[in-house]
Amino acid sequence: MSELVNNITLVEEPEETLSMNPRKFILWLFIVSIIMLFAAMTSAYLVRRAEGNWLEYAIPSIFYYSSVVLVLSSLTMHWAYLSAKKDNFGNLKIAITITFVLGAIFLYMQFLGWVDLVNENVFFVGNPAGSFMYIFTGLHGFHLISGIIVLVFALVAAFRLRIHAKSLNQIEIAATYWHFLDILWLYLFFFLVYFH
Amino acid sequence: MATVAANSATVAHAEEHDHHEPQSFWRTYIFSEDHKTIAKQYLISGIFWSIIGISLSVMFRLQLGFPAMKLDFLRPILGNWINETGKLDPDFYLALVTMHGTIMVFFVLTAGLSGTFSNFLIPLQVGARDMASGFLNMLSYWFFFLASVIMLGSLFIETGPAAGGWVIYPPLSALPQAHKGSELGMTLWLISMALFIVSQLLGGINYITTVINLRTRGMSFSKLPLTIWAFFLTAVLGLISFPVLLSAALLLIFDRSFGTSFYLSEIYIKGEALPNVGGSPILFQHLFWFLGHPEVYIVLLPALGMTSEIIATNSRKPIFGYRAMIASMMGIAFLAFIVWAHHMFVTGMNPFLGSIFMFLTLIIAVPSAVKAFNYITTLWRGNIRFTPAMLFSIGLVSFFISGGLTGIILGNSALDIQLHDTYFVVAHFHLVMGAASAFGLLAGVYHWFPKMFGRMLNEKLGYVHFWLTFIGIYLVFFPMHYIGISGFPRRYYAFTSYDFTKNIFADMNSFISLAAIFTFTAQWIFIWNFVYSMFKGRKAPQNPWKSNTLEWTAPINPGHGNWPGEIPAVYRWAYDYSKPGAKDDFIPQNVPYSQTPESNLPHENELIGLEKEIEAQNLNDQFKQPH
Repeated sequence: MSELVNNITLVEEPEETLSMNPRKFILWLFIVSIIMLFAAMTSAYLVRRAEGNWLEYAIPSIFYYSSVVLVLSSLTMHWAYLSAKKDNFGNLKIAITITFVLGAIFLYMQFLGWVDLVNENVFFVGNPAGSFMYIFTGLHGFHLISGIIVLVFALVAAFRLRIHAKSLNQIEIAATYWHFLDILWLYLFFFLVYFH
Repeated sequence: MATVAANSATVAHAEEHDHHEPQSFWRTYIFSEDHKTIAKQYLISGIFWSIIGISLSVMFRLQLGFPAMKLDFLRPILGNWINETGKLDPDFYLALVTMHGTIMVFFVLTAGLSGTFSNFLIPLQVGARDMASGFLNMLSYWFFFLASVIMLGSLFIETGPAAGGWVIYPPLSALPQAHKGSELGMTLWLISMALFIVSQLLGGINYITTVINLRTRGMSFSKLPLTIWAFFLTAVLGLISFPVLLSAALLLIFDRSFGTSFYLSEIYIKGEALPNVGGSPILFQHLFWFLGHPEVYIVLLPALGMTSEIIATNSRKPIFGYRAMIASMMGIAFLAFIVWAHHMFVTGMNPFLGSIFMFLTLIIAVPSAVKAFNYITTLWRGNIRFTPAMLFSIGLVSFFISGGLTGIILGNSALDIQLHDTYFVVAHFHLVMGAASAFGLLAGVYHWFPKMFGRMLNEKLGYVHFWLTFIGIYLVFFPMHYIGISGFPRRYYAFTSYDFTKNIFADMNSFISLAAIFTFTAQWIFIWNFVYSMFKGRKAPQNPWKSNTLEWTAPINPGHGNWPGEIPAVYRWAYDYSKPGAKDDFIPQNVPYSQTPESNLPHENELIGLEKEIEAQNLNDQFKQPH
């Protein structure tokens, strides 16, 4: 407790209030809430798994490939951001479009992963080991759709030339969210592979 | 020179803002993005819900206190839930306790308390034009409204509302065939709560962003009023814990409607085995209480924050231990996340784990005691003014102490085995969390009503309301401890089967019920006062309580943007009451040290040099940004 008290020492000099854009700050808080959602899910997975009676099955290999696709889309997203920073509108449009397409391909591959699971006789209904697989991929997919919607807004803004070196907020918000969804999937995927 | 130019530009700009086109009725009063209107919407919804929530409790108190009573007169409201013999339907009794808990915890003391005062006070006390995002704020209220409509609707469906207790433990809540209240009522409960969580997250994200980003010049974290600290930490708690409840509810929805087995395992109903295997009902309890425990503090912290402000103002003394108050709130907020399993001592958990959670739980007594001590030392030798708000704040401290003491008893895993799920627990949390937070809410309404509606509440009625409620609540909950110790379990429909429940304690149960009806009746004094004063009350002066915080520098009826012209800068903390040497017994936060040489302490004289820097600071004024 004394440490806490020390941390709140009275500031004796004027202090600038944080000058971060409130919208960006809101996004970070939104990300915190998503992290908590998935933290709850993955800890539920661990608690349940520790109780035994756990179905063993192979993780469909397509999830490895879809992970690569999503990482690629993160790279193109960053390319889009750099292009916007340099006012290179041609590259910006191409980069956002590629990101959008890669996002859609990722979602389709996740769906194929579900098909593979069904072929393996792992169903949503049944042993929680399988249900959790569907929940993780499905919930992440749901958030990715929201990421794609944010991306579409950025795409429209890019085509209307509203994104440029002096107006980067929108592309920064879209990029931060997209990278977060990428990292979130990699976390979920490694988690699923490791605790299988 | 540049500063002066910038300032005059702001004034000119602000003047433009005064000439905003008047908005339509719908945008001004219904789909408003103004934090003050949204706060009032939350307050009135909260009052509506508290009337419903408390009425439900009076209905089941009638059943508990007078098991032989004919309840035919309730038939116009409850319809067929009163059977032919004039008795309350036992299934509906369970629905009543469930809905009472849900409504009071979530709709009144979370949305009605945080929603009202975080929305109203954060921009006004940190010196902001409005919330960081007015649109998200509006969305937050309307998600809450939608959740309210669904929850209210579930009271009127044929199979009745959810009836598995406000904690909705599976498998009871997961199997529609288990119980009437687990059918459509439970589905509606889950949908409503999912919307409610979205509403709370939108609101909480806004509160945090506003406190961090939109403080006025000079308003450093160490100058924030304790109210804002409390709202801020409450929002952080909600942001971290509500998504976990959403996870738990989501898995429950899948179990109920899609046939998964997260919480269900090897269950027989009417001799037939269900297909579900491999689930764990205890898993739900872990997820639920990870929210459920922080929720207790989400309910209590705003009340404690407002009490700090009101007690300091009306004792005409600086709050005792400002930094200790912040530290203790942070300590409570941190501990809130690592004590959840003390709700689960009797689930067959490892006794060693139980003793760890017991240890962590008992540590909460330390920051709580710091707070109680600081309230009392602030009152000590103060120049106390007993306004209604002050009385309710002192009442809160009383409930906080008497309810908190039994928390130390219940936190012991060995004692909890005896007391778990008895009326002792009911008495404990109703005092420390229910009554204390409700008193915080009422104190807040009495204190900030002049700022909200520009009129004063009637003080005489306030005193009557306080004493009847204060006495009434102790009459209800003190005897409940005895009933709990003697072994009465909670959530039981009637206690007519055993001699000791029937003969020895029946009169005590009747007494509690009478006291509950008495207390409920007293609340109508407040409601009449509230509605009457809103339109006909005495006109409020600029600063009725002679308080230091920024909201009293805004016009009596603040308009769009709260302050005409520039937002005031802040030079000092919010608790300069009765400062030796000062002209008045209060110095508002926006008075610079250079204007009060007679009362400055040596180190404060040194701060005079910094005033220019504060004034030159980058002002996070939303009017200066395109919107």
